[in-house]
Amino acid sequence: MKVLIPIKRVIDANVKVRVRGDGSGVETQNVKMAMNPFCEIAVEEAVRLKEAGLAEELIVISCGVTQCQETLRTGLAMGADRGILVETDAELEPLAVAKLLKAVVDKESPDLIILGKQSVDGDNNQTGQMLAALLGWPQGTFISKIEIKDSGSAITREVDGGLEMLEIKLPAVVTVDLRLNEPRYASLPNIMKAKKKPIETISPDALGVDVAPRVEILEVTEPPSRQAGIKVESVGELVDKLRNEAKVI
Amino acid sequence: MNLMQAPAAAGESDADLQAIRDSVRALCADFPGEYWREKDRERAYPTEFVQALTEAGFLAVLIPEEYGGSGLGLRAAAAILEEIHKSGGNGAACHAQMYIMGTILRHGSEAQKQKWLPPIARGELRLQAFGVSEPTSGTDTLSLRTTAVRQGDRYIVNGQKVWTSRAEHSDLMLLLARTTPKDQAKKRVEGLSVFLVDMRTALGKGLTIRPIHTMINHSTTEVFFDELEVPAENLIGELDQGFRYILDGMNAERVLIAAECIGDARWFIDKAVAYAGERKVFGRQIGQNQGVQFPIARAYAATEAADLMVQKAAALFDAGHSIGESANMAKLLASEAAWQAADTCLQTHGGYGFAEEYDVERKFRETRLYQIAPISTNMILSYLAEHVLGLPRSY
Ligand SMILES: Cc1cc2nc3c(=O)[nH]c(=O)nc-3n(C[C@H](O)[C@H](O)[C@H](O)COP(=O)(O)OP(=O)(O)OC[C@H]3O[C@@H](n4cnc5c(N)ncnc54)[C@H](O)[C@@H]3O)c2cc1C
Repeated sequence: MKVLIPIKRVIDANVKVRVRGDGSGVETQNVKMAMNPFCEIAVEEAVRLKEAGLAEELIVISCGVTQCQETLRTGLAMGADRGILVETDAELEPLAVAKLLKAVVDKESPDLIILGKQSVDGDNNQTGQMLAALLGWPQGTFISKIEIKDSGSAITREVDGGLEMLEIKLPAVVTVDLRLNEPRYASLPNIMKAKKKPIETISPDALGVDVAPRVEILEVTEPPSRQAGIKVESVGELVDKLRNEAKVI
Repeated sequence: MNLMQAPAAAGESDADLQAIRDSVRALCADFPGEYWREKDRERAYPTEFVQALTEAGFLAVLIPEEYGGSGLGLRAAAAILEEIHKSGGNGAACHAQMYIMGTILRHGSEAQKQKWLPPIARGELRLQAFGVSEPTSGTDTLSLRTTAVRQGDRYIVNGQKVWTSRAEHSDLMLLLARTTPKDQAKKRVEGLSVFLVDMRTALGKGLTIRPIHTMINHSTTEVFFDELEVPAENLIGELDQGFRYILDGMNAERVLIAAECIGDARWFIDKAVAYAGERKVFGRQIGQNQGVQFPIARAYAATEAADLMVQKAAALFDAGHSIGESANMAKLLASEAAWQAADTCLQTHGGYGFAEEYDVERKFRETRLYQIAPISTNMILSYLAEHVLGLPRSY
């Protein structure tokens, strides 16, 4: 089985995100970047499938700037076999990423695609679903468990009411949730081995994909800072304030 | 005199170093403050942490690939130790496993390297005890009194070492002993030799280890040799040349200890900044007061400056240059920056800095060591004054 794991380079989850002075987006210059935590979970799951003898080849792919190579190297150090960088300086929307991924899937024909359910920067939660739709493949989103069987794959999804068990046919797209696994850290020998693993670079043009944005961002602002609350002396005062000041009851 | 050899593949890029740092940080996240606090309270060895670090290959960072390590340079080793300390942990339980082997690597025979380095790289053999200091000669190494006398195919060792850290958690000890009496040595710096003592077979047969209880959790000991037999093949390098071998290993050690200090300093500064932003007194964050801000800012500047010297010393070492001057300055500046940051962090925390659960008091005690061991500040200053600046000798 061949597994494709799309991964994204995002601002490190430990960094405090700041809005750019001109309000055009968030500051990414001189900010520590890292692999999106949900993507780490996706890579980990793929590596476990390989260690269990269920997958032969793991390909990590990232779409974005040159530095995404570092993110790919992290995936390779965790255990992926090779990397693909679809290199572009363009701001990529989920649909553009899904189209780029579809073009690569057409070439590589993986049996399974594992993505993070969302990336912690845009929180869009769209790429996996759009990719499955473009491919016409079954999808399982927000999974907390996956089993590979002869007929396909049995997955457990986290839904509002609890857990949902599904069987889906391969090839399929799955997106992973937080509780699927705990990603490993790379060992030093594996970090060094990753340097020798191949990373292929392709341009969106070569894949015949137009990545021009469909959405125009007008302005990005900091969330308003929270005002201090007040203490009330009695239930009566609370009801009065809710009715006459907040006007919510 | 340049005894430094650049490791075979010291060409790691900044991206490699970042990947190493990220991975060490992720490893350390499994060993939070509670883990270290508990070990500190029990004065227990952090076995689980050392095992995780060993399994991930980080302690074999400096061992060349041909002997089973990763063959990286001092910059990589420094990055690993800095990250451990920056995370609130402490590398002292195992940092010596990284670098004591350097003496075998640089001065041992090919047969010794083949025999010892691969199992050390795999973590099956622990070489992390370093027997130099003695009760009557700490700083004045040339006056050490432990002797090794040749008898047939072995040496007979008698004497005592003190502050031999991790002796109970090591299989091998690198021992410095006198092989030619001081008054018969050709040169002042000759007459000492380096041996590899296999403590697994020596314990109870001439070797006794006694723990020393200290103000930090450091697994340090005193070690007694009574007619201990060491096979002659365990002599490292040439007879009577041991002092030189030990000195060049010590420079690498100083850079690594300095990197730990930088990690400590960064931990203290992060903690101080976070607390100053949280704690409210007189209706505002204490960090709003410049009296609280300025010492933190000053400690930060001192840390960044000291780190430049640490990086410089490590890069010089990796390029094969002698680093006596830069390694000593790195250790001096970094240990003082760490102490400045520690003192500032404690002051910022007020009374809460004394509560165990903030980890500040533990790190405060731990980082104080580095102005004394592995070499005290005065000795560095006299080295700089007398050997670098050419002022008259004081001793
Ligand atoms: C926790 C711990 C772990 C250690 N681990 C090890 C280990 O694993 N292996 C090992 O070999 N050693 C180890 N040491 C020993 C350490 O290296 C020595 O303690 C250190 O070198 C200082 O030696 P000393 O304690 O004998 O101090 P002394 O030499 O007695 O010096 C005492 C003080 O006098 C000052 N002083 C001495 N002479 C002069 C002078 N001429 N001019 C100005 N000032 C002077 C010194 O700077 C120092 O401040 C450890 C020590 C500690 C505390």
